[in-house]
Amino acid sequence: MKPLQRLFLVLVMLILAACSSSPQNQSPPLVVDTGIDPNRWSLIPAGEFLYGQHEEEVNIEYDYEMMVTHVTNAQFATFLNLALADGAIKWGEDGLVGYYPGDVFDGYDHEREIKAGDWLLFPVGDPDVRIVEQNGVFAASPGYEDHPAIMVTWFGARAFCAYYGWRLPTEREWEKAARGVDGRAFPWGDEIAKNNANFYNSRDPFEPNGGLGDTTPVGFYNGKQYAGYQTQNSPSPYGLYDMAGNVWQWTADDYKDTHLRYLRGGSRGDYDYNLRVWTRNSASPDYYSITVGFRCARG
Amino acid sequence: MQAIKQRYQFLFGSTKGLVLVAIAMISLETVFFGMLSGPMAELGIREPWVRLTGMQLHPAEREGRIIMLYHTIAMAVVAIEVYFITALVKMKREQQTNINAMVTVGYLVSMIFGMWFAYFGRNFIYHGLFIFGQSLVFFAGVMLAAALWPWNKAYYVRDTAYAHTRSGLDLERLAFFVMTVATLGSSIFGAVAGANFGNGFEVFLAEDVVREPHKSPLDLAVIGHLHIMLTLIAVALALIIGRWVDFKGRLHKWAMPAMIIGTVIVTLGVWAVVPFESIAHIIINVGSVFMLGASFLLIAFTWRQQIRLGLAKRGVSRAEAGFGQKLAALLHDPLPFGATWQMLFMNFVVTAVGVYMAINLDDVIREWPWREERITLTGHWHILAGIIGTIILLYYGDLAGLKGRVRQWFGWTIIIASDIAFAAVTLFSTKRLFVRESAQQPLVNWTMWLTDAGLFLVLVVLGALMAWRLIDLFKARGRWREEMAESTLQSLVKEVEP
Repeated sequence: MKPLQRLFLVLVMLILAACSSSPQNQSPPLVVDTGIDPNRWSLIPAGEFLYGQHEEEVNIEYDYEMMVTHVTNAQFATFLNLALADGAIKWGEDGLVGYYPGDVFDGYDHEREIKAGDWLLFPVGDPDVRIVEQNGVFAASPGYEDHPAIMVTWFGARAFCAYYGWRLPTEREWEKAARGVDGRAFPWGDEIAKNNANFYNSRDPFEPNGGLGDTTPVGFYNGKQYAGYQTQNSPSPYGLYDMAGNVWQWTADDYKDTHLRYLRGGSRGDYDYNLRVWTRNSASPDYYSITVGFRCARG
Repeated sequence: MQAIKQRYQFLFGSTKGLVLVAIAMISLETVFFGMLSGPMAELGIREPWVRLTGMQLHPAEREGRIIMLYHTIAMAVVAIEVYFITALVKMKREQQTNINAMVTVGYLVSMIFGMWFAYFGRNFIYHGLFIFGQSLVFFAGVMLAAALWPWNKAYYVRDTAYAHTRSGLDLERLAFFVMTVATLGSSIFGAVAGANFGNGFEVFLAEDVVREPHKSPLDLAVIGHLHIMLTLIAVALALIIGRWVDFKGRLHKWAMPAMIIGTVIVTLGVWAVVPFESIAHIIINVGSVFMLGASFLLIAFTWRQQIRLGLAKRGVSRAEAGFGQKLAALLHDPLPFGATWQMLFMNFVVTAVGVYMAINLDDVIREWPWREERITLTGHWHILAGIIGTIILLYYGDLAGLKGRVRQWFGWTIIIASDIAFAAVTLFSTKRLFVRESAQQPLVNWTMWLTDAGLFLVLVVLGALMAWRLIDLFKARGRWREEMAESTLQSLVKEVEP
């Protein structure tokens, strides 16, 4: 075989190998106790703070609270069981659905039309979900109880918070909770190291082969050492964990002429610069992903 | 002292020397700041490099740094194109000298002080010099436009094989002129936004605001600016490659009017983005058809020429040659073939992806999170910039006098390695069409590996070329001396020409 032919054959084989797909590893993950209670809330006091990359002075005139961690799989499974039982949510074609009153549609260029009706909350049975249903009862996949709930749409996140009388944070509330009032770039300061947060190729114990890896338990980056891996204590100025990395977080705002929903915080699938507190991501409210989760606010 | 003076005269007084310096500067900048890129960060090289060099990288200034980096590289690329144009298009010798001097000082000042400001601490004198350097490049462009003035009767065509009007106006010269004027206007388009920095304009990367339903006029001006500048750099390069291969005849007579019309329509369409955003894309698409048509004609001419030359080299007549012989003839010289092949290949990895995205924007692309759309956008224009770079390298390989096996290895390595990298980037950036997020890692790993390997090979070839030219400079009778002699001869010819 000529060298060029050999090279061509190798390339074809590489591309074919690359295109073969396997679902994410479903074997039980490393189980660690972070000691951070996902039921805790933190108070963010009223007042001015620096918003966005260009540090616009913004005043939030009220005190509010936010969950110290992402909503976990265990918490979300409990919600599904309760809400399904009392009829707040129901089964739909692709999973569990819930009613949403719709967004005002103006027919603007590329505007998404979100009509009133039942929308997908959680795609039960999707191979990537971490919540399993057995005999009509939902439970977190073994070992993933205290990992952030993923594969939840914006409608699902909203439904979870609303069920308990809470709400999703607005973008401004989210950012103030993440960075405090001193204009820092990351929740813990202006520099990022691999053991500050779960991001792409951060080489944490849940990412043995690099790349996307897996979610880390909520509150993982709290200064503890797990199986020889030393984390840095990386809360926000208000004591919130994982406000950078792990999974993106849905926020509440519905913006006129677009109706995309915005996500904050970056994820395990993103390079470190996407974890800067002002970085925005957006998606349709019915989007769900292994790199998207949420937490709630109240007050 | 005399030896240094002679090298200085070659490097800064001859077209080939100036191009060599600019390519070397871009290479150094790419290597130096490429250490901060994603793969280098993953390999753990970025952090020690930052500490070693003393760079100051505040996270909030990342976008500003990147914009300055792009601008300094773009200035050097523009300078290279200016050197080519002043050498290939007839003009007075003093015009060539003045333009080249102005653009050289401009891009060097802009590059050195711009990068100093961006990466090594804020000193506003450096920022001022960064702007001053770009201003010099702009004024070099004004001088170039004056030198290219196509209605100067002394430059009317004498050989009717080249596109011309009935009165003899040289349409290729007009195409160069229109491109230059369009570039000057389009640079002002971006400079206006820059001049309003802090007064209604804040630094952003265009791919970061694509999903904002309402953009300010200054935002739109910046988005228009970056698109049209890259387009006009590509137009200039197509015209330069046309001169290199001595594009003429019937195809030239169709191509030049098409290129002129396309350049005018696309430029006006981009400028119209600010007041008439809703129809601007339609105008741009119409103009693009003319531009692409002109480039296809150039490709057709070059390939027919290469087949003719290749067959003649083998002593086979065109009438007797079979498909295989014609194909072998087409591929006999990778440099002119590669330069035009890259133009064609661009349509697969840039145009096709762009058209697909435009058609499926709401139904497919906007179903993805913005991060995925952003990856596609950045991949899209990085590939276009990369293809422009490879075409320049292939042309420079010819200018540098590469011959025989070295010419073959140089040309084919650049073509194959870069195209593998660009194809891999295209696959990576559109991966959501083929693979679920949870199963993407093997595809990501392989495409990244192919990208890095392809680009690494191109950089190895570029590094070898630069090393050869550096060593050559230490030789008393090196290649540089021949090139300087050629340049002197060309200058003398320019002096006797009108």
